[in-house]
Amino acid sequence: MGITRNRGLLALIAAGLFLAGCASTAPEEDTSTDSSIDAAEVVVEAPKEMPVEIQPTITGGEKVMISKGPGMGTETLDGTFYFDFDQAIVKRSGHTELDQHADVLKGNPSFRVRLEGHADERGTREYNLALGERRANAVRAYLTAQGALRSQIEVISYGEEKPAVLGGGESTWAQNRRVEIKYRN
Amino acid sequence: MTRLRLTLIFTTFLFGATATASDLRIEVTQGVDNAVRVGVVPFKYPPRTSLPESVHEIVDADLTLSGRFETLPVKQMLSLPTSAEDVLARDWRLLGVEYLVMGEMERMEYGYRLRFELFNVFKQSVVLRQVIEGTEEELRDMAHYVGDEVFEALTGIPGAFSTRIMYVTADGPVENRLFKLNIADADGYRRQTVLSSNEPVLSATWSPDGNKIAYVSFENAGRPGIYIRDLKSGLIQQITNFAGLNGAPSFSPDGKQLAMVLSKDGNPDIYVLNLENRRLRRITRHYGIDTEPSWRADGQAIVFTSNRGGKPQIYQMQLADLSIERLTFEGDYNAKASLLPDGSGLIMVHRREGIFHIALLNLQRGRLRVLTETALDESPSIAPNGSMLIYATQVNGEGILAAVSIDGGVKFNLPSSEGDVREPAWSPQKTKVFTPISP
Repeated sequence: MGITRNRGLLALIAAGLFLAGCASTAPEEDTSTDSSIDAAEVVVEAPKEMPVEIQPTITGGEKVMISKGPGMGTETLDGTFYFDFDQAIVKRSGHTELDQHADVLKGNPSFRVRLEGHADERGTREYNLALGERRANAVRAYLTAQGALRSQIEVISYGEEKPAVLGGGESTWAQNRRVEIKYRN
Repeated sequence: MTRLRLTLIFTTFLFGATATASDLRIEVTQGVDNAVRVGVVPFKYPPRTSLPESVHEIVDADLTLSGRFETLPVKQMLSLPTSAEDVLARDWRLLGVEYLVMGEMERMEYGYRLRFELFNVFKQSVVLRQVIEGTEEELRDMAHYVGDEVFEALTGIPGAFSTRIMYVTADGPVENRLFKLNIADADGYRRQTVLSSNEPVLSATWSPDGNKIAYVSFENAGRPGIYIRDLKSGLIQQITNFAGLNGAPSFSPDGKQLAMVLSKDGNPDIYVLNLENRRLRRITRHYGIDTEPSWRADGQAIVFTSNRGGKPQIYQMQLADLSIERLTFEGDYNAKASLLPDGSGLIMVHRREGIFHIALLNLQRGRLRVLTETALDESPSIAPNGSMLIYATQVNGEGILAAVSIDGGVKFNLPSSEGDVREPAWSPQKTKVFTPISP
């Protein structure tokens, strides 16, 4: 893993040196020769576009920014996964992004995450604390099954105490039944 | 007499409106049929003095709050007797008043002496006559004592007016919530904030002697821990700090043990901590969620919530042999149960047709009855006299406390000025009991 990183860096440095080298080695024209002999054309080849691999970086908002692919820029993963009422199974719509988080963790053993489990306001508070923990544990199980280490993952539940959105109704409740992945620095 | 619908709102106080305003207002939304009509006559006190608390108004409010009494407004009183000898029975019979509460306050060196009487208008006889003494700080307590004595004399049930209520408020935007743990008198007055935090506080509960409280707080590095606070000394101790959940503390009836929920061994289970020798005993072992333990009055059994059957239901465990039986079979969500003091029934949060109510399960007959008409109900807590319970609910999107009698006949709301109110816990003991001196 460290090697890949250094390759990228080396490539950059090499490119820089190459460019710098070009600037100082433009051949002097031999003006003493007669004009029939052209100065040797020096074709300076522009350095090849080296695909620089962008490494996952942890943002200030406790999320992770990853590369979308060679030359395709970056994206910040949302890190929020949703659940049905009284259920601790991650909804299918979240599986693709979960895989991306698993890859990030697998590829960066120094990264640590905190999984924060939540429930909507219905039902009792202590039961909802247990439910939030269930949900965060489910996400942890998924991530470790994909190769992340348990030691990289901390789990905490807030139950219904820290909703994403205040208020009631189906749509609000759906937004509050969640696990959030927070990357720690 | 037709059903009475009373709405009374006490905001500030007439006398000495310094720090005595209640943050919780009381709105009786349903009273009993045939409420007993009582006249609480302003107590006589020496002219040119003023009482820092209006004792008769507190008594009046207590009796009205119970929903069993209808009090006569003072301005309708034709005379203001202070004892049986002064009473002109016809003045009261005309107005249909059945009982009078009256008396006299006397300023003493150390405080006040209060003589009060309960008088039966139709029989023209004195039901109760007592003299009590207290300091100026105890004036409200003296008034609540009068309320309790009158209530018990007329209903046979001990009053619950001298008790306190502990509750949590949450205020502010989602990104910056302020949580407070408060203790106030049962009528909402004399609130004290015992904890203020930007991290959640919940599951506050009283020790059986009323001298300590236990609660869950996330204040330590944002992780949940169980804390015990001695209310007399103010000393706070963090009792647990295990990985995972630390929650749902519940004192045993003898105050020596604390049941709780820990998930440190893989999933939420019930444990009992001996508070004297700090030994921890695990009492449930199931991969489901076991939570919300609550003790039976004899200390030999614990009821708790478990989803071991698929959905949250109430179970009871005998501590002697750890045998477990399921208690609830109606409804797909039953939680946060506690036994009535006499053990005859179980109150709980019960979901019916998607709506969360407070319900009472009669354990002998196995019949479940919904007590509330509100929705999104949680955290029921029974008054020490077993006749009322308080719980948290929402009205118009605002978290409020509400109360209902065990027979469901009396209902009132206690909205607050402090943001969302939740997690009420009724103190198990009266705050002050006065010893009557001979009249």
